[in-house]
Amino acid sequence: MSSGAKNTWNDQRIEVIIGRLLRTGVLLSAAVVIFGGCVYLSRHGHSVASYRAFHGDTSPLRTLPGIAHGTLQFSGRAIIQLGLLLLIATPIARVIFSAIAFAVERDYLYVAFTLAVLGVLAYSLLGAGLH
Amino acid sequence: MSVLLFTLLVLLGSFLAGLLGALTGLGGGVVIVPLLALVFHVDMRYAIGASLVSVIATSSGAAAAYVREGFSNMRIGMFLEIATTVGAIVGALIATHVSTSTIAVVFGFVLLYSAYLSVRTQPAPPPNPKQDRVSRFLRLDGSYPTPQGAQAYTVHRIPLGFGFMFGAGTLSGLLGIGSGAVKVLAMDQAMRIPFKVSTTTSNFMIGVTAAASAGVYLARGYIDPGIAMPVVLGALGGSMLGAKVLIHARTKTLRIVFSVVIVALGAEMIFNGFTGRL
Repeated sequence: MSSGAKNTWNDQRIEVIIGRLLRTGVLLSAAVVIFGGCVYLSRHGHSVASYRAFHGDTSPLRTLPGIAHGTLQFSGRAIIQLGLLLLIATPIARVIFSAIAFAVERDYLYVAFTLAVLGVLAYSLLGAGLH
Repeated sequence: MSVLLFTLLVLLGSFLAGLLGALTGLGGGVVIVPLLALVFHVDMRYAIGASLVSVIATSSGAAAAYVREGFSNMRIGMFLEIATTVGAIVGALIATHVSTSTIAVVFGFVLLYSAYLSVRTQPAPPPNPKQDRVSRFLRLDGSYPTPQGAQAYTVHRIPLGFGFMFGAGTLSGLLGIGSGAVKVLAMDQAMRIPFKVSTTTSNFMIGVTAAASAGVYLARGYIDPGIAMPVVLGALGGSMLGAKVLIHARTKTLRIVFSVVIVALGAEMIFNGFTGRL
């Protein structure tokens, strides 16, 4: 960047866009969670809640195909999980957007840092087990 | 307890946690896990999973309000996120290999430490105008708006801060919390970043850090929709309301009350962890 002031100005404009992106992501995922919650409660509201023992290791909602399959069958729990996935994706979208913004500014050092963060996130979501 | 009643009570509890967390600046995550584990007898793994997802919601929801003020520093955030995200995965992997009792004890000590931090009145470290070579190379220097005009700052002891951030990420992934207190500490005390800049930048980083461990949690089945739904919605609603009424609240009294609650929860977590009840 030739001018420091210009650099700061760009950074701030990008941050405002990122702020909006995050807010939209959160509100969208909250809407999906609320919708799924209504479906879930209307069908299972009178069942007994029991979370004392852990059964998560056998849940079909641990994987992307499991969540997609359940959502297509209009399962309330799967729709909630889809909303939670959107929520997890929101900060990741922010990192992707930051990479593009740094590339536009030709700040290649920070493009590299941002891609490193993206790599770690990709490892968590794909490498650590979402298959 | 029926699913409907459970959902409503957890929604209410998480709302209060989110509200108090926003008003005191301590974050709601620290009380959600003990609330679920001690009051609702939810397995620690489900509690941590739900709490972690709620942390993403509250930090991303608050970010929009923070960036408008122009305090956060995107470069500091992105650079330190390399440390926090790697730490978060390490923490999440440790969480899947140690007993829930061990996690409960560690959680208890983190609660006690958070309470100590919140009541301690620390003097702000004096500004250090000396230029830092690493900071200049990484272009971390910045400025923030004050009533007297833009105030420039430089960043110090970057390797130490980076190391602290790895620790903050590990705690976040292990316990399902935002670790905002540790992050701010690293940036204030070690790196000498002005308080307003460190608070808002830390909030920015919390969502990305939590997303890194969320992948591991999801794959291990820690995120159960039946629990996460009321926790996320309650904490999000509470923190959004808290951010709105923040200006009118008497936060000092609230901080003391909240700290007492945190100490009590921390002691109970440690006790239950040692006796193997959690």
